[in-house]
Amino acid sequence: MATKLLQRYNERERMNHWFVVLMFVLAALSGLAFFHPSLFFLTNLFGGGAWARILHPFAGLVMVLSFAGMFIRYWRENVISDSDREWKKHMGEMMRGDKSRMPPVGKYNYGQKLVFWIAALSLAVLLVTGFMFWRPWFAPFFPISLMRVAVLLHSIAAVALIASIIVHVYAAIWVKGTVRAMTRGTVSDEWAKANHPLWREEVNKR
Amino acid sequence: MTGVISQDVMARSATTTPSPQIRSAVPEVAKLIDESKCIGCKACQVACMNWNDLRDDVGDNVGVYDNPADLTASSWTVMKFYEVEPKAGSLEWLIRKDGCMHCEDPGCLKACPSPGAIVKHANGIVDFVSENCIGCGYCVKGCPFDVPRISQKDNKAYKCTLCSDRVGVGLEPACVKTCPTGAISFGTKADMVSYGEKRSGELKERGFQNAGLYNPQGVGGTHVMYVLKHADQPELVGLPNNPSISPLVSLWKGIAKPLAVAGMIGAVVASFFHYVKVGPIEEKSEDKNDEKEKA
Repeated sequence: MATKLLQRYNERERMNHWFVVLMFVLAALSGLAFFHPSLFFLTNLFGGGAWARILHPFAGLVMVLSFAGMFIRYWRENVISDSDREWKKHMGEMMRGDKSRMPPVGKYNYGQKLVFWIAALSLAVLLVTGFMFWRPWFAPFFPISLMRVAVLLHSIAAVALIASIIVHVYAAIWVKGTVRAMTRGTVSDEWAKANHPLWREEVNKR
Repeated sequence: MTGVISQDVMARSATTTPSPQIRSAVPEVAKLIDESKCIGCKACQVACMNWNDLRDDVGDNVGVYDNPADLTASSWTVMKFYEVEPKAGSLEWLIRKDGCMHCEDPGCLKACPSPGAIVKHANGIVDFVSENCIGCGYCVKGCPFDVPRISQKDNKAYKCTLCSDRVGVGLEPACVKTCPTGAISFGTKADMVSYGEKRSGELKERGFQNAGLYNPQGVGGTHVMYVLKHADQPELVGLPNNPSISPLVSLWKGIAKPLAVAGMIGAVVASFFHYVKVGPIEEKSEDKNDEKEKA
């Protein structure tokens, strides 16, 4: 029985991640309620339309602030490098179930890096544009013409973020043995060998 | 406004199915404001606050007659005074009664995310249903005329109702009833358009060559119209030339919404079918072989 486990995320990293998740769920559900009439029923989860409107920006702000902790921790490991190009080339094959030609990967593969940067960028846009029409406190400082741009960009960034999170969640489910990295903090040695061999080498060297 | 709303609501904010359309013979109404007859007495402001039980805070003198200086959540109509020179050397004092234009294609209604917080009646009146208002301020972004104001007290949006409660029982709006010079008229839209054109003609005869009716088609026409002495330059009295709902708002509240919702739901569904078709990525585990051997 191979039971060797490698530490991937420590306790603080996991707490940070799941706190961001919680805030994302609150911000996304309340925000989607205003995005399309078919989703307005989601305001009921927050005590009605006015309450959803009041709570949404707070959930969003706390999400961005807590994501900042993750950004500081992980941005270096997510810098896109030359070796990612090779991975990108074979991405389609992997999606069709053939992983044989994927190059060896460090802590994060190209797909994970992409999710990281889309999340970081869209959160930055959400933060800035969100302040611009945050009623009643900040909206009065911005002209209507600027707020029109802000609401549109806010929606686009929100959709980009939600789409990237759907990919993120699916990837974690799709690649077996991944979820425990964020729930238990550890992954199996086999998982690391198969999915992140360069990272495995690094960990074993420590 | 609430209360008098029955099935003659023809359009409803944040609602994707049609509102009752069957009472199609309801005549469309309009208010016509004749700039050339207005003397700036502000009786309309008083009548509006009286009928609607509004009492704005006493403000500050800003050095001109405008009082209050702008529309507020409790001042739904305001006289605006403009000292302008349409031609060099010819000073004119223009007065315009500001307030909701009651657009045929209302930008506020299009932008509003709360079902039924903004309605358009069959007679053309656009009304805010305060109990459904969530205070987001999207109507402010949707409006091409900068009309809705959100109360600091209750975070609800307010504007002129065209006295929908009075009109609903066959009365004219309070401002129309009170106007001492007949500068404000009220009737069917068709009558008001023809009367407005007649008045424009009279003004032209008296030397205002560019007099005309302000009934902007960019928002499908409005149910509050002006006879302007200088209809070629509506900016002189703070009105936009060719107003329309901002393309940003149309994009945001138009094609982007269903596409994005379909995209997000599609991503989840596609993920599920991908899993079913391709299956998960599993490491070649020695555990499994062990288990097989055990079994």
